[in-house]
Amino acid sequence: MAKKILLEVVTPDKLLLSKEVDVVVATGVDGEFGVLHGHVPFLSSLAIGEMRFKDGNDTDYAAIAGGFAEVTGEKVTILAEAAELAREIDVDRAKSARERAQQRVEKARAEELDYLRAETALKKAMMRLKVAGRAGGGMS
Amino acid sequence: MAALRDIQNKIAAVKKTRQITRAMNMVAAARLRQVQERNERFRPYAAKFSEVLGSLSEGIDSEAHPLLAQPEQVDRVALILITADRGLCGSFNMNLILKAQKFMTEQKSEGREVDFYAVGRKGIEFFARRKVEFAQKLPGVMNVVDFDLATQVARMGLNAFLSGEVQEVYLLYSRFHSVASQVPTVEKLLPISPEAVGDEDESSLEYLIEPSAEEILVDLLPRYINVRVYSGLLETSTSENAARMAAMDNATKNCKDLIQDLTLAFNKARQAAITTELMDIVGGAEALKAG
Repeated sequence: MAKKILLEVVTPDKLLLSKEVDVVVATGVDGEFGVLHGHVPFLSSLAIGEMRFKDGNDTDYAAIAGGFAEVTGEKVTILAEAAELAREIDVDRAKSARERAQQRVEKARAEELDYLRAETALKKAMMRLKVAGRAGGGMS
Repeated sequence: MAALRDIQNKIAAVKKTRQITRAMNMVAAARLRQVQERNERFRPYAAKFSEVLGSLSEGIDSEAHPLLAQPEQVDRVALILITADRGLCGSFNMNLILKAQKFMTEQKSEGREVDFYAVGRKGIEFFARRKVEFAQKLPGVMNVVDFDLATQVARMGLNAFLSGEVQEVYLLYSRFHSVASQVPTVEKLLPISPEAVGDEDESSLEYLIEPSAEEILVDLLPRYINVRVYSGLLETSTSENAARMAAMDNATKNCKDLIQDLTLAFNKARQAAITTELMDIVGGAEALKAG
């Protein structure tokens, strides 16, 4: 087995995760990228998207609401203003957030106002739901 | 015996006050711990953030981003004042308010207009009574200080700055030195001065950067304002609870002193009453004997 890489997910509220894993796949603004041990130093903006990491046969998911990732050979640090592990996502809350966001988008479209912000909120809510769906699926 | 009863009532009242101040002291102490924990949890994020920002912004000139652009001439600034929502914390709010007044006077003497933004009910009430106009106000939010609030406050500043309404944005908050000392502090939030960003340069790693340093910076700089505002809010909240804890501790002590004095007065009065009564009896007996 190849060497492991330390994954840390840091948000303003807490250190969400600190774990040795085999591989990390995150969504950058230019698309998904995967990181293994010994990756060259790398810095990327993260889009609103999912991140998955694999340790042995376990794959885990997290929703990242934008931020950036810093990669050194031994460590991946993900700095996100908000991030949630798949199993910790409150689906009901995410659903109501999605509905609110949808209404906002409709309204913003009509008035050409704050469209970007409303759309971002919608994206975040949908991503959370998608990632939450993953937790229900294949993992223990 | 009206005087005696009065003193007794007063003692009972002070005792009740002491109960309240003691409870408030304990609540403030618990909250102080909570906020400090929050601060602890925020520190890794803030540290990592300024590290990455520092390594990115090397060699970036002030043209690169509107938030870095230093204005040629300043004739309007924004002040964001953070105070507590509640009183009973000594001179905490007043210190912040006085600092805000001083700041505004200074800016006006330099011929600059000040747009006033206030967070926290105490500051808002004070300036509303003095008919100061608010550009925006957020009352009743200091109970739970979280990152969402910071984003909200930061957005007020960013909007004012980016729309060109103001050329500079200042944040007035209370810096927490220790439980005994909290200092009102004014910090320039915008434009971001390059020195403030680039002070961490020990990271020698050459990064591959995606999509590009400039584009990441565009993403990062507004977030940097969020980080700054959040730490300001946390500091203020910490200070508030520390100040309240100290104030309530003092109040409890004063109650104790007051109770002691009152008890003494009560005993004296009681003794005096007994003595008077005795004198009467003795006087009466003497009179009878003489008669």
